[in-house]
Amino acid sequence: MRWGRRGATAAAAPPLPRTAVELRDVTHAYGERTVLAGVSLTLTEARIGVIGANGSGKSTFARLLNGLVVPTAGTVLVDGLDTRTQVREVRRRVGFVFQDPDAQIVHPTVAEDVAFGLTNQGVPADEIARRVDEVLVQYGLDGHRDHPAHLLSGGQKQLLAIAGVLVMEPQRVVFDEPTTLLDLGNTRRVARVVDGLEQDVVVVTHHLDLLAAFDRVLVFEDGRVAADGTPAETVPWYVARCG
Amino acid sequence: MLSLYRPGTSLVHRARAGLKLAALAALGTGLFAVARIEVVVAALIGVLAAGLLVARLPAGVLWAQVRPVWLLLTGLFVFHLLLTDPLTGAVAVLRLLTLVLAAAVVTATTRVTALVAVVEWLLRPLEVVGVRPARVGLMVAMTLRFIPVVAERAARIREAQAARGASGMRLGLLVPLLIQVLQLAATLGEALDARGADDVPARRPRRA
Repeated sequence: MRWGRRGATAAAAPPLPRTAVELRDVTHAYGERTVLAGVSLTLTEARIGVIGANGSGKSTFARLLNGLVVPTAGTVLVDGLDTRTQVREVRRRVGFVFQDPDAQIVHPTVAEDVAFGLTNQGVPADEIARRVDEVLVQYGLDGHRDHPAHLLSGGQKQLLAIAGVLVMEPQRVVFDEPTTLLDLGNTRRVARVVDGLEQDVVVVTHHLDLLAAFDRVLVFEDGRVAADGTPAETVPWYVARCG
Repeated sequence: MLSLYRPGTSLVHRARAGLKLAALAALGTGLFAVARIEVVVAALIGVLAAGLLVARLPAGVLWAQVRPVWLLLTGLFVFHLLLTDPLTGAVAVLRLLTLVLAAAVVTATTRVTALVAVVEWLLRPLEVVGVRPARVGLMVAMTLRFIPVVAERAARIREAQAARGASGMRLGLLVPLLIQVLQLAATLGEALDARGADDVPARRPRRA
């Protein structure tokens, strides 16, 4: 299974606007510990993978992209919007899926949780109901509409977390190790969902085989981008680095 | 409450959450105001009819709520047998049983968001002193959501400790659980930000 370009289902729908994310000399530190140092990048590709060892700065980089973390120095711009000063608008454009879905699901039942983000945006109730129904069907959760979230399987929880983000119709979605806690079957299931998205995606992952069809892969090492290129260029290089 | 909701289209399901909660409060007040066995029995029959016949809830859903208090009710009846009389004991037990069943019917036929909306509505007058009802409602919903999550994590820690030879370490559970809960809370805070919790409108839109 590979995460690739936008799926066939996207062909019929009007294309979403593309997002451009620009990092200008970004540094981030937690106290004394610098986790990202002088990173400058422009991200315009539809499918971008991020790999690297634990503690290399991948997750902090991912969090910078929708303003969950603001840089200690430097600037992050999403379509020209500064994540430091225009964070609400940035978060409407860039969704974020966490590694642990249990930390992302905030309502006790499935449909209520999917509706959460739309409710926050003040979307009218009829529109919320319509969009929630669509997303639940799309991700095979319509049979679990009123199901307690804590009784879902790991894969279903991750799909629910993804549905809760996608219902808000972001233009780009950042996934922070979305398959790390999943078994092979659920990993493939989530990968198929990511593969079918019409949104631009950034995926932080340790599952290198899933990145083969991506447009670009960034390799992080000690808070810097150590390699940047196509999967064919970067993944073997990274594997060789790991010994 | 955590997983009791049973979807349906019955009259009880469609009734407004506020009305159901008001009826529950009125029933509780009425049962304690009138200590007559025929009134209590009639109320019990009414609640059972509402739950089983009108809302068409499975008997097991109601029994699941009674089971945890069954011993307490039995003990209460025995207490009355010894200190007062059987009739007083029967009234006391049936009164509590009726309330437990009524609460079960309300929670089994009402979505959490609808109950939370009632909480928010009740808190609305406090907006003048700075209370944000939507925030309080979110806290209530999240409390219900995270009770089973924290319980699951506690069970995992217990298993991990048992696997390494520990047994009966109730205090030893607290520190790792607290650390995990704090980590969960940190990620949850990020998730709330990412999902626009900061944008919570003053009033949530009503369901269609």
